[in-house]
Amino acid sequence: MSVAWDHGGWDARPGPPTERVALVDLLDRLLAGGVVITGDLVISIAEIDLVHVSLRALVTAVRDAVAEQEPATAGLVGEEDLS
Amino acid sequence: MTEAWGIGPAAGAGAAGSADTGTHDGTGGGAAAGATAVYLYGVARDLDPAALTGLAGVSGAPVRALHAGGLTALVSTVALAEYGEQALRANLEDLDWLEATARAHHDVVGHAARAAATAPVRIATLYRDDDRVAALLAARHDDFSAMLDTIAGRSEWGVKVYAYPEALKPDPEPPAAPADAGGAAGTGGGVGTAYLRRRQQQRRSREDATRRVAAQAQAIHNELAPLAVAARQHPPQDPRLSGHPGVPILNVAYLLEDDQAAGFTGLATAIGDRTPGLGVEVTGPWPPYSFIDTADPGGSGGGGGGGGDRA
Repeated sequence: MSVAWDHGGWDARPGPPTERVALVDLLDRLLAGGVVITGDLVISIAEIDLVHVSLRALVTAVRDAVAEQEPATAGLVGEEDLS
Repeated sequence: MTEAWGIGPAAGAGAAGSADTGTHDGTGGGAAAGATAVYLYGVARDLDPAALTGLAGVSGAPVRALHAGGLTALVSTVALAEYGEQALRANLEDLDWLEATARAHHDVVGHAARAAATAPVRIATLYRDDDRVAALLAARHDDFSAMLDTIAGRSEWGVKVYAYPEALKPDPEPPAAPADAGGAAGTGGGVGTAYLRRRQQQRRSREDATRRVAAQAQAIHNELAPLAVAARQHPPQDPRLSGHPGVPILNVAYLLEDDQAAGFTGLATAIGDRTPGLGVEVTGPWPPYSFIDTADPGGSGGGGGGGGDRA
């Protein structure tokens, strides 16, 4: 019914102030997207899996915290979670 | 191997931008004071260097361009005190830090993507120095070129659909009997049976409503998908994270030819307008984060793995 416009942030068109990209939308993309390259081993956390896991752990922690306040309504399409 | 490389300003020499860095110089912590790493945002093709002028990246560090063979790596020099293993591990658990880093990463990728085809690299990919990034570009030149071929002239758009309570409301059911009305039935067993039956009925109604709404979501996707080059499903967002009052029933990223975007968003708008009880949100254009084929099979399972059953 409603359509909300929220520019992805890089379409910095002049005019009405664009709403800030929602962090949750950004993390959807930054957690699951982008070229996965193993960085230098000198920084072992640059092993992407580790970073990936760490980021997901954080998001999961947020989700768990809010789930305690109110049972989350499960998604109806695509039951897959971030875990 | 590196002689072909036109390396940007030396690490740490971005004098104009370093004033923005502010917080991290001298706060050595565990890492050796002044030790740095190179943060890689993405790889672009035929990027006009002017697109990066004055651009600040993570931690406010200036963004530099490393060029080779028509490819440009977008990088910043960062302090190991902030991006070394221990620091990074802690920082990634800090939502404020994570948000600032994600936004800065996105800002850099977005600036580049607006100017040229750009393949985003996953957040927090770090190299020892510029030469290591140069070696990466040389070694993966063909891979990056193929990726850039796929995304050139295209952008990502997000569509999220929410069901409002009225869409999820079960079919009308008989009014619940007041608690003391059970006395009329005379027997406790009768009350219990009626209660169980009512609960079962409620559950079935909820399941029916759920199925109905899921079918609507699928239909919306089926209508939008033909306009897109590709689609990828993201997990439904937790309402408390998204702040949206509706129940998320669809969260899909679509890769569109740039000249299809207007038609696509118009259609999404029309679908939202004609579908009572559902809210449709369109975001974009985004750099094509969701349409990079990751080379690491272990890293591909987190997000849209469920897309196959709906595409």
